[in-house]
Amino acid sequence: MNMNMTILGQIISFIIFVYLCMKFVWPPLTAALAERQKKIAEGLDAADKAARELEDAQQSVEAALQESKAQAATLIEQANKRASQIVDEAKDTAQAEADRIKAAAAADVEQEVNRAKEALRAQVATLVVAGAEKILGASIDVNNHQELVDKLAAEL
Amino acid sequence: MASGMSSADYIQHHLTNLTYGNHPVNGWSFAESGQQAAEMGFMAINVDSMAWSIGLGAFFIWLFSRVAKKATTGVPSGTQNFIEMIIEFVDDNVKSVFHHKNAIIAPMALTIFVWVFLMNLMDLIPVDWIPALAAASGIHFMKIVPSTDLNVTLGMSLAVFVLIIFYSIKQKGIMGFLAELSLQPLGKWALPFNLFLELVGLIAKPISLALRLFGNMYAGEMIFILIALLPFWAQWLLSVPWALFHILIITLQAFIFMVLTIVYLAMAHDHH
Repeated sequence: MNMNMTILGQIISFIIFVYLCMKFVWPPLTAALAERQKKIAEGLDAADKAARELEDAQQSVEAALQESKAQAATLIEQANKRASQIVDEAKDTAQAEADRIKAAAAADVEQEVNRAKEALRAQVATLVVAGAEKILGASIDVNNHQELVDKLAAEL
Repeated sequence: MASGMSSADYIQHHLTNLTYGNHPVNGWSFAESGQQAAEMGFMAINVDSMAWSIGLGAFFIWLFSRVAKKATTGVPSGTQNFIEMIIEFVDDNVKSVFHHKNAIIAPMALTIFVWVFLMNLMDLIPVDWIPALAAASGIHFMKIVPSTDLNVTLGMSLAVFVLIIFYSIKQKGIMGFLAELSLQPLGKWALPFNLFLELVGLIAKPISLALRLFGNMYAGEMIFILIALLPFWAQWLLSVPWALFHILIITLQAFIFMVLTIVYLAMAHDHH
């Protein structure tokens, strides 16, 4: 085992290779690694953000759904109320109309009865006069005995 | 095992580097034996260690920078995935130990881990294949595992050592660094003792770093060579389990070299 200039040769080669490694190997490779690490971190961040946004969207969809459901319920309720109101109004109107018709009919009937009574009264007067004529055997001057006849008729 | 060679020669041959240097008699030439290589002294270079070391380092830079150039931030392809796994593994280790801002530490840790791993990985190539190929093309010696050459491991650990000293002084100032070396653990009245203790501790760092890697790989290689001395039909019985076990060792040693480098540099940055 001889110590000789090989030792210097090895020192020089060592320095050269370390220099070349520093210059052409280490920086680009570590830069690539760091860059990839950054990209992966960004990708994970983006995935997280997307998941969060999805959750938000789902929540807002849920909220909108609830709101529209509530709105629909209100509308239906309002419609129901309005419908029963209309029905009530119609009932009232019909009742009023019926009452009115009934009242009119009753008035008519009364009028007819009165008119019939009048006619009957007139006919009774005539009949009374005729009856009395027959009984008395003489004619009764209607004009002379008008007062009497009327009294009779009124008493009937 | 090549024929016409004693076991000792075979082992010796496999443990000898291809050395080019200034021989006192032959001048600048390839050493023809370990003896000649030793005679060359410091003015020589282990051509095989250097070639494999630089080749594997270049392969590492080529592979990683090719992926880095095409790196997408989308879904990574197979190779990119594998490379990113290594990068993240190294980055995690650096971040858990080293808490200061320093652009050199992480790329250096990556370089050490992958480069040392690739150098160790050469140990798993059967010991005779490449030396036989080299011999066929006229090259006498060929040691293909650079981390079994103490020059290589010590070269790296000395570079780390220089960085330790540099950052110690840069972070704490020259006086702060000297104070750290001399005023602890026993206070200023035991200054020489402290200095001795701390200096031993400091110098032990690069030495242990280099020797640990070298020792593990050298021993592993030696066992592969010894297994190769067995008859060819019996070799797999030992070489397969040892190779499987060795996969763990080569990875572990690369990891240990990387982690200790980070720890030492973190200590250099920390104020005590």
